[in-house]
Amino acid sequence: MNINEIKEIFHNGIWKQNTGLVQLLGMCPLLAVSNSVVNALSLGLATTLVMTLSNATVSPVRNYVPNEIRIPVYILIIAVLVTVVQYAMNAYMYGLYVVLGIFIPLIVTNCIVLARVEAFAGKNPLLPSAVDGFAMGIGLTLVLTLLGGMREVLGHGTLFAGFDLALGDFAKSWTLTIIPDYHGFLLAILPPGAFICLGLMIAARNWLVLRGEQKARAKKLQMKPTPPAPAATA
Amino acid sequence: MKRMTKAAFRTAVNLLFFTVIGTAILAVTYLLTHERIAATEDEARMKLISEVAPPNLYDNALLKDTIQVEASPLLGTDEPTPVYRGRMQGQPAVVILQAIAPDGYSGRISLIIAITAAGNISGVRVVSHKETPGLGDYIEILKSKWITLFNGKSFENTPEQDWKVKKDGGQFDYMSGATISPRAVVKAVNKALQYFAAHRETLFASAPQPATPLGEAASSKEATK
Repeated sequence: MNINEIKEIFHNGIWKQNTGLVQLLGMCPLLAVSNSVVNALSLGLATTLVMTLSNATVSPVRNYVPNEIRIPVYILIIAVLVTVVQYAMNAYMYGLYVVLGIFIPLIVTNCIVLARVEAFAGKNPLLPSAVDGFAMGIGLTLVLTLLGGMREVLGHGTLFAGFDLALGDFAKSWTLTIIPDYHGFLLAILPPGAFICLGLMIAARNWLVLRGEQKARAKKLQMKPTPPAPAATA
Repeated sequence: MKRMTKAAFRTAVNLLFFTVIGTAILAVTYLLTHERIAATEDEARMKLISEVAPPNLYDNALLKDTIQVEASPLLGTDEPTPVYRGRMQGQPAVVILQAIAPDGYSGRISLIIAITAAGNISGVRVVSHKETPGLGDYIEILKSKWITLFNGKSFENTPEQDWKVKKDGGQFDYMSGATISPRAVVKAVNKALQYFAAHRETLFASAPQPATPLGEAASSKEATK
């Protein structure tokens, strides 16, 4: 596997096939937990970890799993990995564990994890599979964090609040007050705010893609020798 | 037919193999982490307890001195809950009760309440709730100091008719637009104090027995943020 393949996988995961903005898979945690940066970022990273591990585990055993029972076996592997991550967080990051609560075990049911295992790790060697899980997870984490940031600023007027829960007391000073003396905006904190912000992000991405295509087309036209006038007006 | 049975059997064995491996991995992870998990959970519990009952109130190992109490309408509970007992030089000093306010704006509000042996409230904290963020959630200590209004309250210094929010003619402040959450909490704390008055002797006298951890029995482990 060469550097171009890796680049391609990352391009897919973060932009072209972004789980949050293009594939629209795994919306449940995306919308429920993205009410602050710290929640969004931590769940995103936990999901990335699980996706990398599950892709890396499924890939080497893929030839030993009979086709008929591959889904139960994949789910089993994912469930085991999620539970391991859950135990580890409970033991070593208790504050975060309490905040994310039910959403950690729910990573098992996040369809994006199974989707990558089924669509990529079940057909590719170990290294590309692990990279794919990681890239897809990072793409999801970026969207989650951005969404969390938007909702936190709109809803609470702060940014990076609550990092002390995840990292310890020293992170208390990280909280930025973006809008001083803010009374909060309930809509942004509740689930509708998540849908609205996500919709805006999808629209922004589509706009960027369209603009990019238009630019590319314009460039192509410029590079070609200008065709005769009548044809150009068509 | 025979070939099909054989194939099915092979598939089943294959699935069993993965299940056994998975179970083994989980067992090992559990063995590696369960002591650490118990320790961090004890620590978190102690932190919560120290907020409502300052450590200088008692000198015993409070987490070990627990009893289970039966469900009671005064506590708002529908299953047995743990009670932690603090003692000073062997004398009863403080109890930590778990209570539930069933009538919050959106469901139950789970509370821990520390009451001194003399019947004064030492502190109250909301353990979990589903009140509207930004509106009814000022009952949380992280959002406002409202819950500290209960500190030092007792039936002696606060007569029965004062155990209400100001809107209902009592003495407890509330924030306009969100009366239901504080009303529920005031009522629950009042009832817990009644429970203490009625059961004071048995609460301190019964022999310690292992109890389910605080906050877990009656309320699912919801994020308190």
